[in-house]
Amino acid sequence: MDNIMITLPLLILFLPLVSFIILIFFGKKLPRQGDWVAVGSIVATFFFAIYLFIQMILEYDPGFSHGASFSWIDLDAFKIDLGILVDNVTVVMLLIVTLVSSCTHIFSLKYMEGDIRYSRYFAYLGLFTFSMNGIVLADNLISMYMSWELVGVSSYLLIGHWFEKDSAADASKKAFLTNRVGDIGFFIGIMLLYSAVGSFAFGPIFDSIASGDAITGLTLTLAGLGIFMGAVGKSSQFPLHIWLPDAMEGPTPVSALMHAATMVAAGVYMAVRLFPIFTPDALLVIAYTGGITAILAALIAITQNDIKKVLAYSTVSQLGYMILAVGTGVYTAAFFHLLTHAMFKANLFYCSGSVIHSMHHALHKVHDEKTDPQDMRNMGGFKEKMPVTYWSMLISTLAIAGVPLFSGFLSKDAILAGTLAFAQHHPQHFLLPLFGFGAAAITAFYMFRLIFMTFHGKPSMKDTFKDIHESPKEMTGPIVLLGTLSFFIFYTLPYFNPISDHGWFTDLVVPQTSAVPGSMTANEIREHAHHAHYLAMGLSIGVAAIGILLAVLMYVKNVISPKKLSDRFGFLYDWSLNKFYFDENYNRFLYQPFLKLSETVSWLDWELYDKYFINGFGRITSLLSRLSGKFDYDGIDQGLVDGLGRISGVAGQNLRKIQTGRLQNYLLYVVAGILVIIIIQAF
Amino acid sequence: MHSLDSYLFISAMLFCLGVFGVMTRRNAIAVLMGVELILNAANINFVAFSKFNGMNLDGHIFGLFVIVLAAAEAAVALAIIINIYNNLNSINVDDAAELRQ
Amino acid sequence: MAELVFWFVAAITIISAGFVVLNNQLIYSAVALLFTLFGVAGIYVFLWADFIAGIQILVYVGGILVLVIFGIMLTNKIKSVRISHKSMQQGVGGAVALWLFIFLSLALSKAPWAISAAVEPSGTVREIGILLLIDYLLPFEIISLLLLGALIGAAVLSRGDA
Repeated sequence: MDNIMITLPLLILFLPLVSFIILIFFGKKLPRQGDWVAVGSIVATFFFAIYLFIQMILEYDPGFSHGASFSWIDLDAFKIDLGILVDNVTVVMLLIVTLVSSCTHIFSLKYMEGDIRYSRYFAYLGLFTFSMNGIVLADNLISMYMSWELVGVSSYLLIGHWFEKDSAADASKKAFLTNRVGDIGFFIGIMLLYSAVGSFAFGPIFDSIASGDAITGLTLTLAGLGIFMGAVGKSSQFPLHIWLPDAMEGPTPVSALMHAATMVAAGVYMAVRLFPIFTPDALLVIAYTGGITAILAALIAITQNDIKKVLAYSTVSQLGYMILAVGTGVYTAAFFHLLTHAMFKANLFYCSGSVIHSMHHALHKVHDEKTDPQDMRNMGGFKEKMPVTYWSMLISTLAIAGVPLFSGFLSKDAILAGTLAFAQHHPQHFLLPLFGFGAAAITAFYMFRLIFMTFHGKPSMKDTFKDIHESPKEMTGPIVLLGTLSFFIFYTLPYFNPISDHGWFTDLVVPQTSAVPGSMTANEIREHAHHAHYLAMGLSIGVAAIGILLAVLMYVKNVISPKKLSDRFGFLYDWSLNKFYFDENYNRFLYQPFLKLSETVSWLDWELYDKYFINGFGRITSLLSRLSGKFDYDGIDQGLVDGLGRISGVAGQNLRKIQTGRLQNYLLYVVAGILVIIIIQAF
Repeated sequence: MHSLDSYLFISAMLFCLGVFGVMTRRNAIAVLMGVELILNAANINFVAFSKFNGMNLDGHIFGLFVIVLAAAEAAVALAIIINIYNNLNSINVDDAAELRQ
Repeated sequence: MAELVFWFVAAITIISAGFVVLNNQLIYSAVALLFTLFGVAGIYVFLWADFIAGIQILVYVGGILVLVIFGIMLTNKIKSVRISHKSMQQGVGGAVALWLFIFLSLALSKAPWAISAAVEPSGTVREIGILLLIDYLLPFEIISLLLLGALIGAAVLSRGDA
C-alpha cells in the first residue's frame, strides 16, 4: 500500500514532463502534431489522482500521510534532501490540478485548432503541469522553490504564446518579473529559516520552531513575511497584483488553468502548507494584505468591459479572500475556497472562452477584424444562442456570489465566519470583516452584471448576432463537468446539509496548530469560527442579495442607469476603470527613477572611469615611455656616448695647436720637460 | 779669492739668460747671441773648476777648444742666416716654419 | 778692494747679458754682447786664466762679435724687409728660465764640490802650450781640421751661384 502511494504521485509528477520532452522535440512531426500525447498523459494522471483520492476517502483519516525522500546533496556542512509528501491536502490538490489540466487540454483541442504553434502549446502545458505538481508534492523548501520558479517560467511561455502581439510579449515579461520580485522575498525567507534551523524540510523546520530555540520573535516574523512575499507575487496580491489582468493576453484555456485554478492558487497552497511557521504578527500582515486585495480588485472589476478582465479581477479578489482566511487563522477554509474556486472559476473562464470563440467566428464571417470579440458591450442576448454555456456560467456565477445551495456559499461563508470571529476577539481589526463582506457584495454585483450584459437584453451587434452558435462538444464537455461541480453536494458528502460545510473535506483536511509558541491552537480557532458561523451566514446571504438586486436593477430592469451613475461619479468611475492607476504610478515612481539610476551609473563607468581612470593609466604609461625614450636618446646617446666622441675631437683640436712649427716653442717644451723630469727625480 | 759658488752662480745666471734669449728672440742673429751667452757660461764653469781643482789646466784647454768651436760655429751660422735671408727676405724665425703643421 | 771690483765686473757681465736678451734693438743687443764678453774676460782674469782671457777678447770680441755685427748689417734692410725684433713667449720662457736658474742654484749650492786649494801661477801660457802639443795633440789636430771644414763650408755657403 505504501509503495503505490509513492509511485503514483511520482508518475503523476513525471508523466507531463515526458509529454513535454516528446512534444518539444518531435511535436511537429507527429500526426495531429502530437496533441494526443499531451491529452493522453494528462488524462492518465487524472485517473491516478482519482485513484489516490479514492484511497484517501477509504482511509478517511485526517492523519493520512506518506512520504519519501532521497539525499541530493550531502556535504558535511551542507545537506539537502529532496522528497515528496503525500497527505490529504496533497491528494486534494493533485486532484484539482489534474482535473483542471485535463479539462484545459480537452478544451484546447477545439479552441486552439489551427494555431501556428499548436504542438508547442501542448508541450508547455505539460511543462506547467509538471512544475505545478512539483510544488504540490514538495516536502522541502528547496524543491518547492525550484518548482515555483519553473511555474513562473511556464507562465511566461504560455502568456506569451502569441508573442507577435506586443501586448502579449509585454504581459508575459511583466508576469515573470513581478513574480520574481515576490520570489526574492521568498528566497530570503527560506534562507532565514535555513540559517536558523539548518534544514530545508518541513518536518524539521516545524519541530525546530515549536521547540522555540532556533528562531523566534522578529526573525521568525520576518522569515514568515519573506516566504509570504512569494505568495504575494504568485497569487497576485496587493501590491504585486499588476500582472494578472495583463496575463489575460494568453489563450483562454491557459487563463482557466493557470490564472484561475492552479498557478495563482500555488501561493495559497504554500501558505496553507507553511501555516505553522507564521507568527501572529505575520498573520496580521497577511490578513490585511488579503483583505485589501479583495476589496481593491472588486472595486476595479465593476467598471471593466472586457469579459476576461472582469474574471481576472474577480480572481484577484477571490485570492485575496483566501489569503485573508489564512491570516485570520481559518486556513482550511482558505483551502476549501481554493478547491471550490478552482472549479467555478475555471468554468467561468471556459464559458467566456466559448463565448469569445463564438464571437470570433461570427466576426470573421463578416470580415470584421476591428471589433473586440471580448468586449461585453458588443454582446447581449446570447442566452438562446448558447444555452449550455449560459446555464453552466449561471451556475458558477451563483456559486461565486455565495448563494446557498452552491459550493461557493459554503467556502465563502467559512471564511467570513473566520474573519468575524477574529474581529470579535480583536475588535481593533474591524476592517477585516468589513473588507470581506464588502467584497462579497461587490462580487455578487459585478458577476451578475457580466451575466446580464453578455446573455440577457438585446444584442448590440445585430448583423453578427445571427452567427452566434454553441461551441463544439470538446468545449462544452468541460463546461458541463465543472458546472456540475459547482453544486454544494460534492463537498458535503457524506452529509447533505446545504448550509453546513461539514463533509468529507472538513473531516479530512484538519487544521494543524501553528508551531509558533503562543499561538491559538487550531481547536480554539475552530471554536471561535463556529460561534460566529450563523451570524456570518446571515450577513453573507444578505450582502449577496443586495449585490444581485443592484445588478438586476441596473442591467435588467434598467431602473438605475449605469451611464448616469458613471457620469455622476465620474472621478470614481475613472479610478476604477483605470485600475486605480497602479501601473502608471509604478512606472513614474519606480521604473523611471531606476532606469535613470542605471543611466547615471553607466555614465559614471563609461565616461568617468573608463575615460579618465583607465585611459589615464594608458596616457601616463605612454608619457613615461616618451620621457624614458627622451632620456635614453637625448641624455645618454647624445650626451654620454656622443659626448665622449666630442671630447676626443675637442681635445684633438686643441692639442693640434702645440705643433706650431716654431723652433723656440719646441725648445721651450724640451727645457720644461727636462726640468719636470729632474724635479720628479729629485723627489 | 772667492768661493767656487759665486763663479758657478754667475755662470748659472748667464746660462739662464742665454736660454731665455734662445727661447724668446725672433731674430735669428739674436738667437745666435743667446747661444754665445750659453757657451760663455759653460766656459766660465770650465775655467772656474780648473782653478779650484788645484790649477788643473785641463779646464783651460777645454775652454780654448770651446772658444774655437764657437767661432767656427758662429761663422757657419751666419753663413746660413745670410742664405736664408737671401731666400726668404726675412730673418724672422717664424717665417722659416716650413715644418709647421 | 778686489771684492768690489769682482762684483762690479760680475754685475756688468750679467746686466749686459740681460740687455742682450731683452732689448728690441738688434744693434744695442750686439753692443751689450760686447760688454758681456769683456766682462767674461774680466772674470777669467780673476780666475788666474790670463791666456784664456786674452784669447776670449781676441777671438770672441774681435772675431765673432765683428762677424755678428756684419751679419746684422747685411740682413737689415730698412725699407722693404720686415724685421721683427719683438720677442715671443716671454712670459712662459721667462718662467721656465727662472725656474731653471732656481734649480741650478739649489743644485750647485747643495752639491759637495771636491775643492783643492791652488797657488797662483805666474803665467799659464807655457803650460797650456805644453798640454796642447803633448797631451791633447789629437784634439788639437782635429780641431784644426774642423776649422778648415768650417772655413770651406762658410765660403761655399756664402758664395751663392756665382
